[in-house]
Amino acid sequence: MKRLGRYALRLLGLSYLFVLLALPIGLIFRRAFQDGFGPAWDAVTTPAAKHALLVTLMIAAIAVPANTIFGIICAIAVVRHRFPGKNLVNAIVDLPLALSPIVVGLAFLLLFGTGGWLEGLPFDVVFALPGMVLATIFVSLPFVVREVVPVLREIGTEQEQAAATLGAGGWQTFRRVTFPAIRWAVAYGVVLTMARALGEFGAVSVVSGRVIGKTESLTLHVEERYQSFDYVGAYAASVLLAMLAIATLVAMTVFRPREQTR
Amino acid sequence: MLLPLAALVWHAAGGGLDQFRAAVTDEQGVAALKLTLGASILVALVNAVMGTVVAWILVRDRFPGQSLVNAVVDLPFALPTIVAGLTLLTLYGPSSPLHVDVAFKRTAVLVALLFVTLPFVIRTVQPVLLELDREMEEAAASLGARPTQVFRLIILPNLLPAILSGTALAFARAIGEFGALVLITGNLPFKTEVASVYIFGRIESGESQNAAAVSVVLLAISLLALLLIGALRHRVTRHEAAR
Repeated sequence: MKRLGRYALRLLGLSYLFVLLALPIGLIFRRAFQDGFGPAWDAVTTPAAKHALLVTLMIAAIAVPANTIFGIICAIAVVRHRFPGKNLVNAIVDLPLALSPIVVGLAFLLLFGTGGWLEGLPFDVVFALPGMVLATIFVSLPFVVREVVPVLREIGTEQEQAAATLGAGGWQTFRRVTFPAIRWAVAYGVVLTMARALGEFGAVSVVSGRVIGKTESLTLHVEERYQSFDYVGAYAASVLLAMLAIATLVAMTVFRPREQTR
Repeated sequence: MLLPLAALVWHAAGGGLDQFRAAVTDEQGVAALKLTLGASILVALVNAVMGTVVAWILVRDRFPGQSLVNAVVDLPFALPTIVAGLTLLTLYGPSSPLHVDVAFKRTAVLVALLFVTLPFVIRTVQPVLLELDREMEEAAASLGARPTQVFRLIILPNLLPAILSGTALAFARAIGEFGALVLITGNLPFKTEVASVYIFGRIESGESQNAAAVSVVLLAISLLALLLIGALRHRVTRHEAAR
């Protein structure tokens, strides 16, 4: 009886995952290659697709390092220092996780667009790459902070204090003591940031203006291809994104904080 | 970070209170907000149950391929939402190989939201379940408690804060979801149009003030969900400190 219950539970959990996860992903690969490898390859090597990939990679190349550096500084500030409004900062850092990307996009549109407070900048923000980068930075902001904060709490300050008594400066202490302790958490946070930056759709679709071959990222390209009934193109670009996602997944499994793995 | 949000609130309030009220009481917008809230609550509840089941089999059960399953659970975090939407449309849409067609129906909203919120409860419950001391359960069992009693009286109270916090995260995520929904729901006003899609429509048609007003409502709901999570986390950590 007990064994039966265990198998039933196992079956229930696994079939839920199968129907919701494995089946759809398998299918998208099949659809992309249904006419063979050639058409799929042609679809992702059109000038528009190549440019979309480039845009996506460029956004990630700026947003991920920016968020990594900011994330580490912010985590140290929140854990190691006391300042007024600390709790507020804590809550705000989490906000992008709960906020609709469309709302984020609209906020940027209203700030930098026509009639916005920062309209008169010397370069275009809205409907151009800087806006897409800013929106991506906004939505992928929390990940590094959230991974680093618990680790910083856990390691305590003893080693840092020891380093300071032995005459290490602030930077030296960070480089020799703090950073080695948090580097796995940072790596995991970077992987999560990367996944979000590569896959961002809602916020980017509002601020980019979707100019094909100019401000179209790979996720926007998927939708645009689908809406123009080029299904092979949409599926092929999706497979490209799915492969990036699977690579991310592998990296996540490698870097996942140790207490969660067994 | 705050500047764009301030601009948003400013813009929403720009036309005075009456205009704000007119914008958020627009029938189509109210329908979208209602659908979003209802679907998110339902999805959060399903997640609370199924997420706990999955976390349980990942921690307490042993079966071949377990570590692979464990890794695959994170897929909705890694997969771009638009790809998730396209995938679901392929599988559960008009050309479904399973002959399950939910596209452009309200069920589609649920399916898409279930997909993107899948990992939250699992990933919050899993570590707590791993830490949970089995001695308590064994003691209860040796004192004659039936398995259901052990679960109800020992395991569930210990897991509850984690389940609730995961559920709240899933709810918050469901409220704002956009990418996974645009393709499969067809965005029919009054039927399958969620708040994010409604806002997007208003932006596209140049009604930025209406868009900003509904955005402020969504923002408020998100903030509430976050505060709830914060309070729950506070309870969990206090619980740990007391042990």
